[in-house]
Amino acid sequence: MDLQTLWFILISVLFVGFFILEGFDYGVGILLPFVAKNDTERRVAINTIGPHWDGNEVWLLTAGGAIFAAFPNWYATLFSGFYLALFLILIALIVRGVAFEFRSKLDDRRWRVWWDRGIVFGSAVPALLWGVAVANIARGVAIDGSMTFIGSFFDLLNPYALAGGLTTLLLFTLHGALFLSLKSGGVVQTRATAIAKRLVIPVALLVVVVVLVSAPQLLSRLTVFTVLALVIAVAGLGVALYHTLKSGRFGLAFAGTSAALAGAVLLLFAYLFPRVMPSSLGEAFDLTIYNASSSQYTLSVMSVIALTVVPIVLAYQAWTYWVFRKRLTDKSHLEY
Amino acid sequence: MEALDLARLQFGVTTVYHFFFVPLSLGLSIIIALMQTAYVRTNKEKYKQMAKFWGKLFLINFAMGVVTGIVQEFQFGMNWSEYSRFVGDIFGAPLAIEALVAFFIESTFLGVWIFGWDKLSRRAHLASIWLVAIAANISAFWILVANSFMQNPVGYTIAESGRAEMTDFFAVITNPNVLLQFPHVALGGLTTGAFFVVGISAYHLLRGTNNIEVFRTSARIGLIVGTVAVFGTMLAGHAQGQRMAETQPMKLAAAEGLWEDEDPAGLSMFQIGDEENRQSVFNIRIPSLLSFLSYNTPDGQVRGINSLQAEYEALYGPGDYVPPAIWLTYWSFRAMVGAGMLMFLLGLVGLVLVFTRRLETSRWFLRGLLAAILLPYLANTTGWLLTEVGRQPWIVQGIMRVESAVSPNVTVPMLWISLIGFTLVYGLLMVADLYLLQKFARAGVGGTATTPVLNVPENATLKGMY
Ligand code: HDD
Ligand code: HEM
Ligand code: HEM
Repeated sequence: MDLQTLWFILISVLFVGFFILEGFDYGVGILLPFVAKNDTERRVAINTIGPHWDGNEVWLLTAGGAIFAAFPNWYATLFSGFYLALFLILIALIVRGVAFEFRSKLDDRRWRVWWDRGIVFGSAVPALLWGVAVANIARGVAIDGSMTFIGSFFDLLNPYALAGGLTTLLLFTLHGALFLSLKSGGVVQTRATAIAKRLVIPVALLVVVVVLVSAPQLLSRLTVFTVLALVIAVAGLGVALYHTLKSGRFGLAFAGTSAALAGAVLLLFAYLFPRVMPSSLGEAFDLTIYNASSSQYTLSVMSVIALTVVPIVLAYQAWTYWVFRKRLTDKSHLEY
Repeated sequence: MEALDLARLQFGVTTVYHFFFVPLSLGLSIIIALMQTAYVRTNKEKYKQMAKFWGKLFLINFAMGVVTGIVQEFQFGMNWSEYSRFVGDIFGAPLAIEALVAFFIESTFLGVWIFGWDKLSRRAHLASIWLVAIAANISAFWILVANSFMQNPVGYTIAESGRAEMTDFFAVITNPNVLLQFPHVALGGLTTGAFFVVGISAYHLLRGTNNIEVFRTSARIGLIVGTVAVFGTMLAGHAQGQRMAETQPMKLAAAEGLWEDEDPAGLSMFQIGDEENRQSVFNIRIPSLLSFLSYNTPDGQVRGINSLQAEYEALYGPGDYVPPAIWLTYWSFRAMVGAGMLMFLLGLVGLVLVFTRRLETSRWFLRGLLAAILLPYLANTTGWLLTEVGRQPWIVQGIMRVESAVSPNVTVPMLWISLIGFTLVYGLLMVADLYLLQKFARAGVGGTATTPVLNVPENATLKGMY
């Protein structure tokens, strides 16, 4: 395996981590007004992700940094091309992060209501737009011979991409509802569970539709890996369906949505390989892991560092979930 | 305005804003870790109260640092795509490493620290704040490695493809530029944290709040740390000036408003320049001092802007190699150095007062210390303006000019949208941030609970919300 492939895999792993982890905390943010009606309930909901959301977000930052280091042309094309979409995502993430930290700092109703709106906005917008971005990448966008995106913001808002956006939005919401079912108690838990039960079938149907629509492309690049990823995604959804509706074992259902998200990300990467951003203007203009990459030297230095550090990161992040494993209720000590 | 100017303005605004929060995070985290260490060692309640009080202010500030940092991570691709393509090989690596080795630790253990007060053993909890403090400073190191490459490119070659490629990772991370820049910035951060603690403590000493002991001790810790840190910052800064004479003489000339070569060169104290005609109109100077500061000897040639411009034209081809807005670099340099010297003086006087037990009765001095909270902010911001504006028109000194770095497909309207959007949101958040900071700072120890439960009936819904 060459280093470009290794980095392609590493970046896909970072995105898997990002979708699974940040996925549920976007979901919790989106669900805030639905699962939590008064202030104490809100705080219970927010505190379930309190110790984790920032660490989860770093998966995205690391993915961004890794793309920059390993595939500078991908970084340059992607972020200058999706400029306005990324701008919206950034604004949303800014508001969201500050809102978590600031909302409970003042004993004032209007203050808290406004920050809560910030949390919902800040969680829903990226949940939608990441799906839009991913779908556009899969579909291919107008990239010219100098690796520059020459389309416009509105080209990115095509129906296929919007369907992709809706899928991530709903998947993350479901994932968040299951997380709340696991981590909160009392009425927040009851409401979250009810929402999960209502959402799970529509989400599964939507995913099936999106996969069917994408079938021609997927079939054109069928490999062991795309099949495997698809199986993971579908099996994950199945597990989520069964355990949400039938057994009520939400830990397993949450594992199911996690697998579904992982499968979806892996499917995208397996389908793209070895391209990173196909061009809709012709294959010659595709960005691939070879024409977008850094030098061998940089890749090898970075490989040594990443392969040493990533396992350590996984270990201590897992440890924090262990430390804060207790279910939160309105009796718990709440920080945020 | 053209796309290039807007892109620069946007980068300047967002980065200066990010760096408004960064230094306090860098310094205050260390100071809190020290206080909490004292608590774990001595078991005195006072130290725990200190860690908690300063911790609240730290968290408010830290959140702003985090969210503004997210923008930084993606900006290079958004606005400077050609730059990212050209130097990504070298420049992307420290950014990725920063996220891997620093941001993960920082963000994860900050969560542990906030939520772990009664879930972890005292030692494990203490370790979490130290990890945050160390990781924050490590993150500073890596981002400065990236910045130093732009000031003084090393460890690279220009490949056949025309891109810069890394040849020596070790050279990149031991760039002589970063070896001075890192201590200067990290100690500047510690200075910021210390004067923040001192200033707010002074406020409480003036008011005679209850729990006065907490602020008495905080002021003492702050004055000791601050005086040492600002002295260290000045030493590193002096060495940086000497390096600048070698590696970026144009920046030094701009910082000094020195138009012609001089030997020995005098240090300008107050100058009105004529940038159009590249000459000085009015100048008060101390003879020989600039030569002395640059070389540690009373003479030695310091290059002026006009002769450097001629030399660069011969070297790099026709073009303008003079940084824009010389007045900005010139006055930035003076503001930073002035703020540094003033802080050092305040620190020394403060220490004398502390050890002669007169600090609490010196009311004017305490008021001065309260106002001095602003000084490190002034120094930090002007320091970066000097470093970055003085580097222009280069984006990477000597190998890439800023006009070839900008994204070709990002249009003027897009830039306006994002510039206005960021500025508005940043402006609003700044208001909220300052409001909270002053509120919690004034409230004192135990004054305001971190998270007061909203004063409404337990189960009243937050109606009218959505
Ligand atoms: C000298 C220090 C320094 C400098 C020059 C910069 N930063 Fe910064 N940054 C920090 C020091 C720091 C920090 C102390 O580590 C922060 C500030 C507060 C915080 O939460 O972490 C941070 C936060 C922070 C974050 C959020 C991390 C998280 O979620 O925990 C990102 C993504 C960046 N920064 C990225 C950048 C980039 C791309 C910069 C270059 C333009 C930059 N920073 C300049
Ligand atoms: C956080 C502290 C920093 C501050 C306050 C700061 C400040 C500035 C300012 C004011 C400008 C505009 C200069 C001009 O256009 O005349 C600028 C430009 C720039 N700086 Fe920095 N800077 C900081 C850190 C960095 C770092 C760490 C990097 C690299 C990692 C960096 C890279 C750049 C780039 C790419 C530009 C845009 C191109 C240019 O105008 O030169 N800056 N910065
Ligand atoms: C006598 C005192 C000082 C001197 C002689 C000094 C000197 C310098 C010099 C020469 C630079 C430019 C380095 C370059 O572009 O290569 C610089 C940058 C800077 N200074 Fe200072 N400085 C002093 C005090 C301070 C203080 C007190 C602070 C903050 C508390 C500070 C914060 C900064 C920052 C943030 C930068 C930009 C980052 C960098 O390039 O290092 N400085 N300083």
